[in-house]
Parts: sequence; C-alpha cells; structure tokens
Amino acid sequence: MTAWQDQLFDVLKKNRIRQVAYVPDAGHARLIERAGLDPDMRAVVLTTEEEGVALVCGAWLGGDRAVLLMQSSGVGNCVNMFSLLSNCRFPFLALITMRGEWAEFNPWQVPMAKATPSVLESMGIGVYRVSEAKDVADTVQAAAELVFGSDQSAAVLLSQRLIGRKVWTTGK
Amino acid sequence: MDHRQVSTGEGLDRRLAVARLMEQCADVMVIAGLGSPGYDLFAAGDRDLNFYLWGAMGGAAAMGLGLALAQPKRAVLVLTGDGEQLMGIGALATIGVQKPKNLTIVVLDNGRYGETGMQRSHTALGVSLTGVAAACGFDWTVDITEERAIGPLAARLKAMQGCGLACIRVKADEVPRALPARDGSHLKNRFRAALGLTTI
Repeated sequence: MTAWQDQLFDVLKKNRIRQVAYVPDAGHARLIERAGLDPDMRAVVLTTEEEGVALVCGAWLGGDRAVLLMQSSGVGNCVNMFSLLSNCRFPFLALITMRGEWAEFNPWQVPMAKATPSVLESMGIGVYRVSEAKDVADTVQAAAELVFGSDQSAAVLLSQRLIGRKVWTTGK
Repeated sequence: MDHRQVSTGEGLDRRLAVARLMEQCADVMVIAGLGSPGYDLFAAGDRDLNFYLWGAMGGAAAMGLGLALAQPKRAVLVLTGDGEQLMGIGALATIGVQKPKNLTIVVLDNGRYGETGMQRSHTALGVSLTGVAAACGFDWTVDITEERAIGPLAARLKAMQGCGLACIRVKADEVPRALPARDGSHLKNRFRAALGLTTI
C-alpha cells in the first residue's frame, strides 16, 4: 500500500493536471516535491493563495488543468478572488490541508480552521472532507471528475488528524 | 535604469496608446485588469482572445501566468492599471520565479485609482512597478513616456524572448467608458473556442 500522499499524486497525474500552484504546507510536502520533479508538471510557488485562484483560471483559459494546494489559513486570503469561479464557471480544484483543529498547539490557526468550510461554501465551492488515509485517492478522484467534467469548483479538506500532529519542540 | 521616477498623472493618451499597441498584436492573447484598461482594450476593438476582468482585483498578472504556462508558444499580454497591479504585487515575485518567455505585463500607469475618484496610488507616491519587477527577476522592464516607444514594445512582446513589464505613463484624465461584455462565462468560452479548445 503506497502512502496516501503518493496516491494523491497519482490521482493528479491520472487527471492530467499540468500546473500545481501552492503555498507550502508540511502536509503537501510530498506532493510539491513530486510535482517539481515531474517533467509534465509545473510547480508554481505563490506568495499568497489568491494568486493561485487566478492562475488556475488562466491555465484553464489556455487549456491546462491545474490544482491549488494550500492550508486552511490560506482560504481566507482568497475570498474575493473566488468570484472568478462563479462568474466565469471556471473548473477549480483545491486541496486544503487543515490546521487548527486536531491537537493544535497554535491558537492563531484555529479561527480560520473553524471558518474554512463555511467560507468555501458561501463562495459557492463544494467542500469534501477526508479524515482517513484510505479515502484520500477516491475522494480526490471524485472531486476531479466533478470539477473537470462539469465545470465546477471543489475543495478537498485533508483533516489534521490525517496529516498528523505538528510536533512542537522548544529550546527550553 | 532609474526606477525613482514617479507617475505624475502626465503622459500619453491611454486610448491612443492601447490602440497603437493592439494594432500590432493581432494574434496576442490578452487579459485585461478591471476598470479602465478593460475599457481601453475594448475600445481598441473587441476580439475573442480578449479576456476582460470586471473584478478579481489583483488577479490579472497571475491569470496571465497560468495562461502563459499553458500556451508557451503564443504571446500573452496582461494589460492592467497601476492600482490593480499594486494589489497583485506578489504575483510579480511569482512570475519572476517562473520567467515565462511569452508573458508581458503592460501597466497603464496614471498614478490614480480612476474608477473611484482619481485618488493617488503608490506609483504617484514613489513606488516604481518596473523597479519591483526588475528586483523580482523579470527579464526586461521599460518605462514608456512617448508614443514612439509603443511599436518597439509590441515587437518585443511578440518576440517572446523573456518575461517583461512595461509601465506606460498615461494622463490621469477621465475617458468615456467603453464597456465590454460582463458575462465571464461567455468571455471564457469564446476565448477557449478561439484556441480550438472545447467548452462544456
């Protein structure tokens, strides 16, 4: 059984994703690494997540399928840019790693974690949550089919429980 | 290059500048930032390969990047204003990392937020967008203050020899609005159809 992170990459390949835009997150590290090494993919590092929303739409205008990787805190950075999706009915697939919910140590991650599903839904984006490794590939595949088959927008939330606790150590 | 010059609200007639640019860019794909640049582009002649933003402020350059990466053999022009580009200033860093040779950003710089009452923008207050782009690793940047520089700009962007940003100083005057279609889905579908891509 391959790790869910590698299964996720395989799903993106199978769905002919060419541009992988991201603001880094530890939970996406494997995907970012593999996308960067793949000759048929272009990994694009962003300064802020909203750039990725616009980039994904531009990619589609030119015939490329793209995906946006971010963590939950980034969703708040995108809100007005999400207006592109409903106005133009661009296909949009985001994979969002959750922080601020499962054994979180940093309280600054919590407000956006709580708001993430409702913010996405209020901007018209379908939300699909995965909490167990066995469900990752199937859920992302289903989301990709919906997005590119029906010109829809969808976000798959990868639960913090799935990704694992962030280990905090201090010098003391 | 001296990047310290500021936008004074003096410069070219924006409609004339865009008309001169577009008459030499028949095959170029264009993303227009919201507000006056979209009106200028539409006034120069509507075409299927024009995509006009009516919102999503700050998104034009990043959208152009996604398009340029998807269509590496065709020239992509992002035509936007100083306010819109300032909101998307991080995208200049993102583009500077990717360096698509077929992407050019042209900022129509009047140093003003024209849609909201001509309040001064950062480019009127000491910020140079060509300076930012150069620092972000753009292959070329140019500040344009004369009409005769528009022809060479068109030639340069069509040559696709590197990603560039040009700042055209335009007059801070009110120009009658020329309004393109506001239906984003229509604009998307006709753009893709012109490239031979399927629409749903």
